[in-house]
Amino acid sequence: MYSDLVMDHFRNPRNVGTIEDADGVGNVGNPVCGDVMQMMIKVKENRIEDIKFQTMGCGAAIATSSISTEMVMGKTLDEARELSNKAVAEALGGLPPAKMHCSNLAADAIHLALDDYKSKHKN
Amino acid sequence: MNNLVYLDHAATTPVHPRVLEEMLPYFTEHYGNPSSVYSLAQETRGAVEGARQGVADVVGASPRDIVFTSGGTESDNAAIRGVVWALRKHGDHIVTSAVEHHAIIDTCHQLEKLGFKLTVVPVDSYGMVRVEDVEKAITDKTVLVTIMMANNEMGTIQPIADIGALLKEMSKGKPRKVLFHTDAVQAAGALDIKVNKLGVDFLSLSAHKYYGPKGTGVLYIRRGVNFLPPQSGGGQERNRRAGTENVPGIVGCAAALKLADEKREAYLKHCVPLRDRLIQGVLSIGEGVHLTGHPTDRLPNSASFYFDNIEGESILLSLDFEGVAASSGSACTSASLEPSHVLLAMGIPAEQAHGSLRLTLGWDNDEAQVDHVLGVLPGIVNRLKAMSPLVHQ
Repeated sequence: MYSDLVMDHFRNPRNVGTIEDADGVGNVGNPVCGDVMQMMIKVKENRIEDIKFQTMGCGAAIATSSISTEMVMGKTLDEARELSNKAVAEALGGLPPAKMHCSNLAADAIHLALDDYKSKHKN
Repeated sequence: MNNLVYLDHAATTPVHPRVLEEMLPYFTEHYGNPSSVYSLAQETRGAVEGARQGVADVVGASPRDIVFTSGGTESDNAAIRGVVWALRKHGDHIVTSAVEHHAIIDTCHQLEKLGFKLTVVPVDSYGMVRVEDVEKAITDKTVLVTIMMANNEMGTIQPIADIGALLKEMSKGKPRKVLFHTDAVQAAGALDIKVNKLGVDFLSLSAHKYYGPKGTGVLYIRRGVNFLPPQSGGGQERNRRAGTENVPGIVGCAAALKLADEKREAYLKHCVPLRDRLIQGVLSIGEGVHLTGHPTDRLPNSASFYFDNIEGESILLSLDFEGVAASSGSACTSASLEPSHVLLAMGIPAEQAHGSLRLTLGWDNDEAQVDHVLGVLPGIVNRLKAMSPLVHQ
């Protein structure tokens, strides 16, 4: 059902946790749907210096969260904004069709964290 | 200890070696069509009728009341469709429960779309149907009540004999009795399925749930009840289920049922202590773990739970890494993406129904395997909880 890479990220998720003084936080999902994700970012000189996630959800939800943090770590905010859910799924070698929509929300969570950062740092 | 700890016997069971042995000659040696006249065919006709007698003995019926089918889903479909179309001039109302298998629920909903009326009686927090709710649901137009004997997801045993007695009592002075079907797919091998004790007119069985082959099952049909066969053709099974008989499957279906019935007491002695050890051990993991289903009126092999703030599929994947095969009513493990209708009907909120885990025991499990599960599960739960944003909010 899942690729080896999905299972690797599920078993050994990268960048799990929270950032005490995060510059931006993004929450997506809904407990009623079974998937909830939170992304926290630390920004330095317009780059993502650190990113951590917490996810309640299925294997796909955890794996997409994990790999997406690797995909944006160290990237500029503009580069991070370009990350799409589709690109996350492709980086994992694909996801089962049923999981493409409900559990593939990591890029959305990162975008919300970037929005949160932007709204807090307008000046 | 075996490498695989298989705890999904409610999904399916392996074929018992003795059952397989009985089936094998009917693939290559005794391959005649039971409807043919020559002696090769008479061999298989004899085998089919012997199997029918064997099933009849276990359910306490006459062999002519036994129809072989392709499994539980077909038996359920045939019972419901066969009754409602046969009786549609007399009534159009079906009564079922909120925790039935999809073979029942989806069939009832489809018939509702075709114009039949449907009442779905609720269950209590243990998933049990109340007899008085069934009584209240019956109208002059009711033709069929269909309620499962024991639930596949959380193991609760329904008061089938009480409902059977109720329907018999209610039929006094009425032109016809409300017919009663029970899906006994999960109950066979664990409970007494004598049809007269239960007071049922139809009863469904599926062989692969009791160490028989997949693709075979039984529908018991009480003699004299109205039944319009959904499948027509060559007149097999006394015109109630057309199609050339699956002879090896039928032989296996009956051999496995006979064996399961003979070993029923031993099965209870084997499963119940393991089940109770599992339930106590899992509940002792701590806060945020809940038993689903009735604490005592439940199948001997069924232990089912839900966990707060973690998701079922991620528990199953983690258990799989530890060599444990289990299942969940989580939306993420179903094609529909909806959490289990059974858990929702019991009043468990959707967000918690996603965290469900079902462990169902069988002959191949032992205490060491149960302890292996109890050894790895706390770590899995804690790891997933540590990752869950809901725990930290």
